[in-house]
Amino acid sequence: MKLHVRHETRYAFDAPVKRLVQSHRLWPADNAAQRVLSWSVDVPGGVVGASFRDGAGDMTQTVSVRGPVTELTVTVEGQIETADTAGVLKGHRELVPPSAYLTATRRTALTAELRGLSRDALDGLEGAGTLDRAHALMRAVANAIAFVPGETEPATTASEALNGGQGVCQDHTHVLIAIAQAADIPARYVTGYLLSTADSVGDEAGHAWAELWVDGLGWVGFDAANRKCPDATYVRLGSGFDSHDAAPIRGVLHGQAGETLGVSVSVSQAGQAQQQSQGAGQRQQ
Amino acid sequence: MTQDLSGTFNEMMNGADIRAAYSNLERWHNEMPADLRSLKQHEAENLFRRVGITFAVYGEGGDPERLIPFDMFPRVFTAAEWRRLDRGIRQRAAALNAFLADVYDRREIIRAGRIPEHLVTRNAAFEKAVVGVRPPRNVWSHIVGIDIVRTGRDQFYVLEDNCRTPSGVSYMLQNREIMMRMFPQLFVDNRIAPVDGYAALLKKTLASVAPQKCEGEPNVVILTPGQFNSAYYEHSFLADLMGVELVEGQDLFVEGDFVWMKTTEGPQKVDVIYRRIDDAFLDPLCFRADSMLGVPGLMNVYRSGGVSICSAPGAGVADDKAIYTFVPEMVRFYLGEAPILENVPTWQCAKPDECQYVLEHLDELVVKEVHGSGGYGMLVGPKADRAQIDAFHAKITERPENYIAQPTLALSTCPTFVEEGIAPRHVDLRPYCLVGETIELVPGGLTRVALKEGSLVVNSSQGGGVKDTWVLAD
Repeated sequence: MKLHVRHETRYAFDAPVKRLVQSHRLWPADNAAQRVLSWSVDVPGGVVGASFRDGAGDMTQTVSVRGPVTELTVTVEGQIETADTAGVLKGHRELVPPSAYLTATRRTALTAELRGLSRDALDGLEGAGTLDRAHALMRAVANAIAFVPGETEPATTASEALNGGQGVCQDHTHVLIAIAQAADIPARYVTGYLLSTADSVGDEAGHAWAELWVDGLGWVGFDAANRKCPDATYVRLGSGFDSHDAAPIRGVLHGQAGETLGVSVSVSQAGQAQQQSQGAGQRQQ
Repeated sequence: MTQDLSGTFNEMMNGADIRAAYSNLERWHNEMPADLRSLKQHEAENLFRRVGITFAVYGEGGDPERLIPFDMFPRVFTAAEWRRLDRGIRQRAAALNAFLADVYDRREIIRAGRIPEHLVTRNAAFEKAVVGVRPPRNVWSHIVGIDIVRTGRDQFYVLEDNCRTPSGVSYMLQNREIMMRMFPQLFVDNRIAPVDGYAALLKKTLASVAPQKCEGEPNVVILTPGQFNSAYYEHSFLADLMGVELVEGQDLFVEGDFVWMKTTEGPQKVDVIYRRIDDAFLDPLCFRADSMLGVPGLMNVYRSGGVSICSAPGAGVADDKAIYTFVPEMVRFYLGEAPILENVPTWQCAKPDECQYVLEHLDELVVKEVHGSGGYGMLVGPKADRAQIDAFHAKITERPENYIAQPTLALSTCPTFVEEGIAPRHVDLRPYCLVGETIELVPGGLTRVALKEGSLVVNSSQGGGVKDTWVLAD
């Protein structure tokens, strides 16, 4: 499938910022499920540099803007050829050992409730393979958390999301990471884009899902918000321990005055009409 | 923790005789009039106060205005003793660096089954962000502080390794400086190896690990958290000695492929950063987002080869107390050599059978937290009361992997000035090994002394002092 992605992030600062630096993970890496045809990240007025592929196989780039800056727009645009690998990440070059992803962060920290969810999900699956267990964990998350935008915030933890029973893809992903780690399955946060279809959810600004380490297969994607493994409608950007660590754009918040953020993402099949989604006021830091 | 000194090694004595290395000092002490002694002690304190070196050793915290007691009686190593220590310290520093280069790359030592994977990859100091990074010359820990205790004529043990930013070297330099100023004749009568080349060696070491992209003379800076940090004196002292800039995070910025220093003549590129701040605070775009001490974007420049950071982010995984046990194994695995310096025998509470032994012998062991430092969060069995032992029994049972235990060592003693003359007091040693293009070690280090009679705790936060440390020439 040939997908066209346009992802625009607009920052407006209440007070002029003297100097602004961002770390971008906005370049998809080629793997068996995706091949970049064309891609660009445009930051008017920005000096680009210090780019590299990190140990997890993701491209990182640094952008600095000399101030005073009152607004900034980051525009990602590209075409990518995708294929369905049933969620299995193949042909992705990386060095980080899977066991490093057994480490929880503040957002994925385990609680008794999360351990309980993990235990209940795997009840009766003691002898099952990791892949079956991973699917059971994904179903448990989908059942425990209804997809309801606006009920959680970027800083919401897995524990809080589970207690609230509602959330967006970020919350589903954090909870899935936590309960996978509780079952000693390495798990990580993945950011990317999703082609919206009639019955998919997650059309807020950008998408997120989890990857779980399955012996014999490697990293396998699980999108609990949509109860499925990623297919050709998904574009994978980058990974990390949690939403903060994996954020496509990381910057520093400047002062108390703060900033407003507007994000719009559109993913369409090349040659077809665009579907556009908007998320306003979402902070990605 | 106190103990009977009869079984401990007194570094000045050989039975009833004075060891040759200390004979001049013994005479020096005997011939010193009592009033001169108190005069000199006063003078030393004034000198320390004047240079501004106050309580800040080893990041232990405490009152930053307090002076660490300086004991004027030097600690002495013979040339032969030092040769062995020197080889052992260099060997250990080389192995620790080989380990760091390996665990962030192919992880051969784990594949070979010599060290359990989870101890490395699930360690709080293991940084995913630097996996696959290859710093210049593949050196990760450029200043290795190795804490050593002595228990006999030829028995030396490594207590712990410090691969991040070991502090205290300014005391090594100032102790010598002040002794030379107060007692110049001592340095005529004894052939003492100099330590004042340390700053030049440090600068040479840092310059030798400049990034490949650097052309010409590398621009080296020291990055400090600022004047409220307890070791600020040391940061500014070393910057002065090396003739390099002392900067805070706000003095630096990232643009393009490099890190720049703001100067009155415009931005100046920085090539090597000797950082005295922890990994977590280095860069809010990579580590803690709330850090005000770091430089946004610094880690991206580092990872793309535009700047060197010393020690390398992630180096702390080599000096964790749970990893410590495996350092002799690192020496064998990477260098193919027998370890020259031994570890203190250590029980890992993470291992059920060893944990059982520890729980049954708490009254005779020293129990430490795996991630603790500075003598806090520690149980000294022989000195503890029932309640303290019970409390540790509960803590270890709850989280065994958080604790290790070691026998109570009979640390050697060195003569130390006390009210009524001199008396033996327990000492340890921290030498500072420099790793860059070459491995360098000045002959000496920082000797800490437990000033309280019988005390084994040399930490300055708990009544420890410092001494000048001599290595005699052949």
